[in-house]
Amino acid sequence: MHSIPGRRLILSLFLIFLLLPIYWLVNMSFKTNGEIVSTMTLWPHQPTIAHYVRIFTDESWYSGYINSLKYVVINTVISISVALPAAYAFSRYRFLGDKHLFFWLLSNRMAPAAVYALPFFNLYSAIDLFDTPWAVALAHCIFNVPLAVWILEGFVSGVPREIDETAFLDGYSFPRFFVKILVPLIASGIGVAAFFCFMFSWVELLLARTLTSVNAKPIAAVMTRTVSAAGMDWGLLAAAGVLTIIPGALVIWFVRNYIARGFALGRV
Amino acid sequence: MDKTVNQKAWFLVLPVFLVVAFSAILPLMTVVNYSMQDTFGNNQFFWNGVGWFKELLDPSTDLGERFFASLWRNLFFSAVILAIEVPLGIVVALSMPRQGWSVAACLVILALPLLIPWNVVGTIWQIFGRPDIGLLGYALNSIGINYNYVSNDFDAWATVIVMDVWHWTSLVALLCYAGLKSIPEAYYQAAQIDGASRWAVFTAIQLPKMNRVLLIAVLLRFMDSFMIYTEPFVVTGGGPGNSTTFISIELVKIALGQFDLGKAAALSLVYNLIIIIVCWIFYTVMTNAGTERRPDKGVA
Repeated sequence: MHSIPGRRLILSLFLIFLLLPIYWLVNMSFKTNGEIVSTMTLWPHQPTIAHYVRIFTDESWYSGYINSLKYVVINTVISISVALPAAYAFSRYRFLGDKHLFFWLLSNRMAPAAVYALPFFNLYSAIDLFDTPWAVALAHCIFNVPLAVWILEGFVSGVPREIDETAFLDGYSFPRFFVKILVPLIASGIGVAAFFCFMFSWVELLLARTLTSVNAKPIAAVMTRTVSAAGMDWGLLAAAGVLTIIPGALVIWFVRNYIARGFALGRV
Repeated sequence: MDKTVNQKAWFLVLPVFLVVAFSAILPLMTVVNYSMQDTFGNNQFFWNGVGWFKELLDPSTDLGERFFASLWRNLFFSAVILAIEVPLGIVVALSMPRQGWSVAACLVILALPLLIPWNVVGTIWQIFGRPDIGLLGYALNSIGINYNYVSNDFDAWATVIVMDVWHWTSLVALLCYAGLKSIPEAYYQAAQIDGASRWAVFTAIQLPKMNRVLLIAVLLRFMDSFMIYTEPFVVTGGGPGNSTTFISIELVKIALGQFDLGKAAALSLVYNLIIIIVCWIFYTVMTNAGTERRPDKGVA
């Protein structure tokens, strides 16, 4: 790949721009509230882990993380398992209404969450799923399932059709071919799709907050409680924020070699 | 190679269809239902026909005025962030190192903002921009710029835009990087033999190869900026006044704040319709670009 002049400088500046606000959050999370409000310091002069200790010992805080992880995992599993066969169908066959269906799916990926907040609230209250991780997991399917189909379709199309044909000639049944041959071949694609489902479910707040009240409250909603009589608890807010970045950073390390292709939705 | 026609493929698609239909069509029917009715509480509903839609599309009413104001605001916002993020993303992609450990490091740092929950993105910038405790706000004020995103319209806009650039430029950059990676080295060698300039290499080789991914990038960025809610809501709460109230924020205000279900539903449907139309245009362009490109698609 041929690069442009001054690329190191441009890239460094951009990466610093990306990291600076994150650094500031981390910095604040290790400061005492007194230090935050009273002086402007570039690093914590009296470093403290009190905010983190509080999050890990107060159940209303750490249960927020567990709740979030629950619906994210449920959503990822549902999305991938329904999207896999569909991706294969879209990639290999033509059938009645295939293009319209694909477009309809895509349009749901783009649907604004704000439109669905209220009707989802009614729907999940009516079927007694309100305030459970299932409600949020199912609600997030509206954008994650289309995305998973879209990504996986790109990866399945990268598998030569001769492989299917050979397998069927060898007497593989369809389910067996699917599990034994196709899934291992697109394992990286499944990883990428799962990563994206995880990511979009993890970062979404509007639906997650609307569909939960007490028992399944996600961490993002818990964070809005840091305003107290004594004013904003900035240190605690920052510490909670830092902890929400960690799962994403861990996941991304595992898929780092596929990030670029994954973001192109398997289409490069 | 052409796909074979097989109607049984519907069985493979059925689970997806059911899951998405459950999440999309059922709630949408509720919205359609609400949009035609008026309520005075107590679960009593009255038929209102297209009344809400008339009010919504008439800028002289309160509802219409709010809708159009937030729509133009949102379109302006989308245009600004596209104009910044697309060129910047391309430049960053072109600046990526070629090989070695630094590639992985850069990719991970680039992807980091994308993985932060949206309200935390808001929180980060809220803290970063505050004149009293934030590095950015403090630095700007100490060099003599009177910056305060809570009270000044322009500062609020600038903060929201810079925040979006911070949050999403990486997506454009990663997409472009993926596109660039798929260009065979032979193309560059040929260009070198022809004595092509740097600019010619960009316009004749790199840009055409990035076409598809750029289209995806523009589509995703437009759509996501058009339905942006959480980040500006956390930072500015739609203010000062209504200056950063985008469509989703307005909609949530009407629906969950005032519980004006009819108005909110009518707004939702028009909002959705705009999205579907834009989506259709992109989809058509994308599939056309796809069929033109089919022959060399095999290199994946």
